[in-house]
Amino acid sequence: MMLRVFFAFGLVVTVAAGLTANSAFAETPVEVLAAIKAEASGTPGFQEFSAARGESFFKTKRNHDLSCSTCHTDNPAAQGKHSETDKIIKPLAPAANEERFTDMKKVAKWFKRNCNDVLDRECTPQEKGDVLAYLLTVRK
Amino acid sequence: MLFNVKNFTRMFAVVVLVIGVTMSVAHTSDARADDDEDEGQRPTVSNAKWKGECGACHVAYPPRMLPAESWRAIMSGLDKHFGSNAGLDAASANEITAFLEKNADARKHDASGKPLLRITETRGFKSEHREVAARVWKNPKVKSPANCTACHTQAESGDFNEDNVKIPK
Ligand code: HEC
Ligand code: HEC
Ligand code: HEC
Repeated sequence: MMLRVFFAFGLVVTVAAGLTANSAFAETPVEVLAAIKAEASGTPGFQEFSAARGESFFKTKRNHDLSCSTCHTDNPAAQGKHSETDKIIKPLAPAANEERFTDMKKVAKWFKRNCNDVLDRECTPQEKGDVLAYLLTVRK
Repeated sequence: MLFNVKNFTRMFAVVVLVIGVTMSVAHTSDARADDDEDEGQRPTVSNAKWKGECGACHVAYPPRMLPAESWRAIMSGLDKHFGSNAGLDAASANEITAFLEKNADARKHDASGKPLLRITETRGFKSEHREVAARVWKNPKVKSPANCTACHTQAESGDFNEDNVKIPK
């Protein structure tokens, strides 16, 4: 009996440890998109996400002569380069880099930073969803 | 009896337990690696948070290259960081600040005036690079003196030894 309790306890601990150890890949890009959609669909004027709108948002220069493609290039399946530091940036499209859009916190952090750099404000949930819808259509 | 449900369940629990323990050991070992440092040059001190966050836009500049007060000043202004937004959540920022302070350049520094925010403006940097010609800095492949990796081929691993310097043509 004691033994069985012990094993049951071990099992719980184990599963919990396994889950935390895997936290880097907590989500899939499709789940991230669904979470953004849940946020966006509550906002006024929400439209179904559009890859075409996302692509044009991604490639259009805004403030400071910057666009998303300044650092991520016009082809998000290709390697990018930071415009200030020249540091290589791995491809942004999930088809070309399986680590992309698998961690909601990381995604939120970089949207916040990069949108501020390019637009001097945060992106709206609609804009984020359009961009991700676009990135999900990009093939290697 | 060859197969019995109770034993099978037990075996399964053991296997899962072993896997779980291995995973968590593997998971903590990279955090452990931060702690073994020698008090001299400390060339390879690392911290996973620091490496990930401060190495995303440029090479993660080694803590020993600036004094603690400079790191504190940098860490308290990440929202406006050399023209970029490098804002961080408080927990990550605290962990990284502690790591930077602990491994900072401990030599005496001119306490007057504001702390320097750039390694490339320190006296140490200037004297180490005295012999680098002006036209080298102007090469578009170098772009900025802060772009250490342009010349220090092993900078990503914290190695700035002059033997591994290769000036771009
Ligand atoms: C000044 C350069 C720069 C610009 C401009 C830029 N980014 Fe980034 N972006 C980065 C860097 C650096 C990273 C993080 C490095 C890495 O993860 O490889 C990143 C990461 C991201 C991520 C994280 C994805 C993930 O899951 O890993 C997203 C999302 C992103 N960028 C979206 C955008 C969008 C949208 C724009 C335009 C509004 C944009 N970026 C403009 C440099 C830039
Ligand atoms: C979002 C991008 C980004 C992130 C994240 C980032 N930095 Fe920077 N950092 C920059 C840019 C851009 C510069 C200016 C580079 C130049 O002048 O060539 C810079 C410059 C610096 C410099 C001055 C280099 C010199 O000597 O001229 C230091 C020091 C520095 N960063 C430390 C940090 C630390 C510490 C972190 C982590 C908390 C960090 N950075 C994270 C973008 C970033
Ligand atoms: C344009 C190329 C170039 C860039 C960019 C550059 N360095 Fe150097 N660095 C050199 C050269 C060349 C030497 C060797 C000088 C000598 O031997 O006289 C050197 C020497 C050094 C040394 C002394 C190494 C030793 O073995 O004594 C350090 C430390 C160093 N650099 C750090 C940095 C850091 C940190 C950065 C970025 C913030 C950087 N360097 C950017 C070219 C560069």
